[in-house]
Amino acid sequence: MKMINLTINNVPVEVPEGTTLIQAALKAGFKVPSLCWHPDLAPTAACGICVCDVEGYPVPKRACATPVTEGMKVNTNSRELRELRKTILELVLANHDVKCPTCVANGKCELQQLAYTMDIDMEKVPKLLEMKPIDYSSPSIVRDTNKCINCGRCITVCNDIQTVYALTFADRGFEAHVDTAMSWGIGNSACVNCGQCTVYCPTGALREKDDTDKVWDALLDPTKHVVVQEAPSIRASLGDEFGMDMGTVTPGKMYAALRALGFDSVMDTNFTADLTIMEEGTECVENLKKHTGKPVITSCSPGWVKFVETYYPDLTPYVSTAKSPMSMFGALSKTYYPEVHGLDPKDIVSVAIMPCTAKKFEAQRPELARDGVPDTDIVLTTREFLRMIHEAGIDFQNIKEAKPDEGMSFYTGAGTIFGATGGVMEAAIRSAYFLVTGQDLENPNIEAVRGLKGVKEAVITIPGFGDVKVAVANGLGNARKVMDKIQQQINETGSTEYHFVEIMACPGGCVGGGGQPFGNGIAQRARRGEALYKEDANMDFRCSHHNPEITKIYADYLEKPGSHKAHELLHTYYFGRDKFKGQVEKQTTGLDSHH
Amino acid sequence: MYQEIFKKYEPTKDNLIYILHDIQDNHPQQYITEEAVLSVSKYLNVPINHIYGVITFYGMFSMKARGKNIIRLCESPPCYLKGCDNIYRKLKEELNIKQNETTEDGLFTLELCACLGVCGNAPVMMINNDIYGDLTEEKVVKIIKDIKGEK
Ligand code: SF4
Ligand code: SF4
Ligand code: SF4
Ligand code: FES
Repeated sequence: MKMINLTINNVPVEVPEGTTLIQAALKAGFKVPSLCWHPDLAPTAACGICVCDVEGYPVPKRACATPVTEGMKVNTNSRELRELRKTILELVLANHDVKCPTCVANGKCELQQLAYTMDIDMEKVPKLLEMKPIDYSSPSIVRDTNKCINCGRCITVCNDIQTVYALTFADRGFEAHVDTAMSWGIGNSACVNCGQCTVYCPTGALREKDDTDKVWDALLDPTKHVVVQEAPSIRASLGDEFGMDMGTVTPGKMYAALRALGFDSVMDTNFTADLTIMEEGTECVENLKKHTGKPVITSCSPGWVKFVETYYPDLTPYVSTAKSPMSMFGALSKTYYPEVHGLDPKDIVSVAIMPCTAKKFEAQRPELARDGVPDTDIVLTTREFLRMIHEAGIDFQNIKEAKPDEGMSFYTGAGTIFGATGGVMEAAIRSAYFLVTGQDLENPNIEAVRGLKGVKEAVITIPGFGDVKVAVANGLGNARKVMDKIQQQINETGSTEYHFVEIMACPGGCVGGGGQPFGNGIAQRARRGEALYKEDANMDFRCSHHNPEITKIYADYLEKPGSHKAHELLHTYYFGRDKFKGQVEKQTTGLDSHH
Repeated sequence: MYQEIFKKYEPTKDNLIYILHDIQDNHPQQYITEEAVLSVSKYLNVPINHIYGVITFYGMFSMKARGKNIIRLCESPPCYLKGCDNIYRKLKEELNIKQNETTEDGLFTLELCACLGVCGNAPVMMINNDIYGDLTEEKVVKIIKDIKGEK
C-alpha cells in the first residue's frame, strides 16, 4: 500500500493513500471538530465544521472529505477557523430545539459536546427554529426533526448500509430536511425498525420509543407479577456505561440490578436461545435429510424478518418457523411459567430487555399474542434499561452479583454467542452435528463464521450426511447480496447451494443492535462480540442440547423438538408486505399449521 | 393509468425526471399524485424515498394539486433588486393566496422560482409557458384580469 507523508500542526504523520485528512489528524494526535462525519460511514461533508487550512489553498478544506496528498501541510486550528466553526455552529443551534436536560442524547450528544468545547454563548444565538411535530408513528423509532442537524448519517445508514430506503433528504436550501417518502412518517414507511439510524445519529433527533414508564408502572403495581428476560448481547453492553472495560460481561451484576429494580422473576433470554437452537436445529436437520435443495434461514432478528417479508416475500417459506428467543420466552412466560408457579397468566407482565428497537415491533405482531394480549408485553432497549438503572440510583459497578431464578434461565455457550454475528449458525451447527451423528463436534469452535465480515461462508462436513454449505450475513445490505443469490439460484434451477443461512439485521449482529448505547460503532461491536466468544469458551456446557433446563422443559412440558406442543408455542408464520408502507399484504407461510 | 406515459420511456433510472415531467404535465391540475409516485417506483424499480427526494428537490415539481395557471415569479438577485418583493406582495393580495397555494376557483397557483434567463427585463414572471417582463404592480393586476377574462 502506498504511504503518504504530511504534517498536521507541524507534526509529521504517515498514512496510507486514500486516508482522509480527519483520519490522518487523528493519527497525528488531533481530533478535528466534526459533526456530520462518523468513522464507520462514507462522509456526507454536510456540516462544514471540520474545515482546516491546507497550505497552498486559498479557502479552508473539509477535513472529512479531503484525501491526503504527499507533502501536505495542514493547520487544524487558527483564529479564522475557530470563528468559521463558531459561526456554523451558532447557525446550527439557532435552528435547533435545545432541550438538553430532558434529551435522550444528553451527555452523549455530539452537538452538545461541540457547543460546550467551543464555548458557545447560547444567549447570543438567535432562535430561528420553526417547531415541527415529532413523528410518533412507529412502535420502535421516534424522529424529532427539531433536533436534527441534517448531517445525513441516518440516510447513509438506512439506504447504503441497510438498503431499506426509508429515509431521504426532502426539499433543498434552508428548507432541506430529513423525511420519509411523502412525509408519511416512519411507521408508514419501509422502515424495518432496525434502529441503526438511532445509533449513528449524533443528536437526539432519532431515538427508540421510550417504554420505561410502562415498566415502572408494572413494577410498582402490587397485583402484577413482572417477569424479565435479557438478551445475550445485553450483558456485554452495560459495564462500560459505569466505567468498566468495554465488553466486560456482567450477567451477575445484570441480574442483581434487575432484582434491585423490583422484578418478581429474573430469568434469561439465553435459555430460550438454546431452545431456539433445538427447534431451528431440528428443522434444519429435517430439511437436510429430505434433500429439499432449499435453505433454512434464521428468524431471530425482527428487523431481518420484516425486511424479508417486504423485499423477498417469495423467500419467506424458507425462513425458519421457529420464533425468536424473545418470543419463545414470551410464550412460555404466559403458559409454562404460570402453570409451574400456580399463577394466573393474566397477572403476568412479561418484559424483555433487548439490544434492539425492532423487538418492540416484533412484540406487537398480532400472531405473537394470546387472546389479544401480547406474549411479550413490554420491550426495553439497552439504553432504556441503563436509564432505569440510573434513575433508581443503582451502583452497578459495586452491586453484589446475583443469580437468576431457575426454570428458564440456565444457558450454554451456544446461547451466549447468539449475540454476535455467526453465533446462531455456530450454535446450530454444534447441535445439528449432534442430532445427525449422536456425537459432539470434537472442536465446537467454528471460526469460519465468526468476525465482522459482511458475508461469511463455510462448508461443514457432517458424517452421515455430507457437506453442509452455510452462509452468514450481518447488516441488511449484506443480507440482500445473499438473498439475491439464493433467489436467482432457486428461480433458475429450483434449488440453492446453501443449506443453512443466518441473517442478522444489524452490522456485527445483536452486539451492534439498534437499541445499544449511542455511538456504538464497528470498534465497540468487535469488542463486545469477542467478549461473548470468550464467555462461551469458559463455559462448562457449550451446546444447547446439553442444557439441563432444556432437557427438563422438553420432558415436563414440550415433549420433544418439533412436537405438536412445541409448534403451538414456539413456532410462527410470516407475511408478504408492500414495499411502500410495509403493510401486510398476505400471509405467506404456515397456512396449514396449527394456528 | 400511467402506462401510456411509461410506454414512451425505457425503465431506467435516468428517465425518472422525464417521466415525472410527463406525468405532471398530463395531470389536469399539473401535479404528481402519491399514486403516481408508487407507479413510477414499480416501473423503474426505484424506491419511493428517492423519488420523493427528487420531486421535492426540484422546484418545478409539485405534489399538491395546482391551478390552471401557474405563476412563477423569479426571486433571483437581479429581480430582487428591481423590486420583485413588491410584485410578490401585490400578487398575493390580488389572488388572496400565499406561496405554493392555489386560488379557490382553481385558476391560479403562485410559486417562486430561480432565474428565468431574462434578467434584462427584471422583474420577471412566467405564467405557464409565457414570460412577462418589466413588471409593475399595475401591470400585474391587468395580466391577472386578462387571464380571468379569458376563461
Ligand atoms: S440533541 Fe444534543 S444539543 Fe440537542 S437537546 Fe439533545 S443533547 Fe441537547
Ligand atoms: S430504523 Fe433502520 S430501517 Fe428504519 S429508518 Fe432507521 S435505519 Fe432505516
Ligand atoms: S436525524 Fe440525526 S442522523 Fe439523521 S440527519 Fe438528523 S441529526 Fe443526522
Ligand atoms: S464533519 Fe466534515 S463536513 Fe461535517
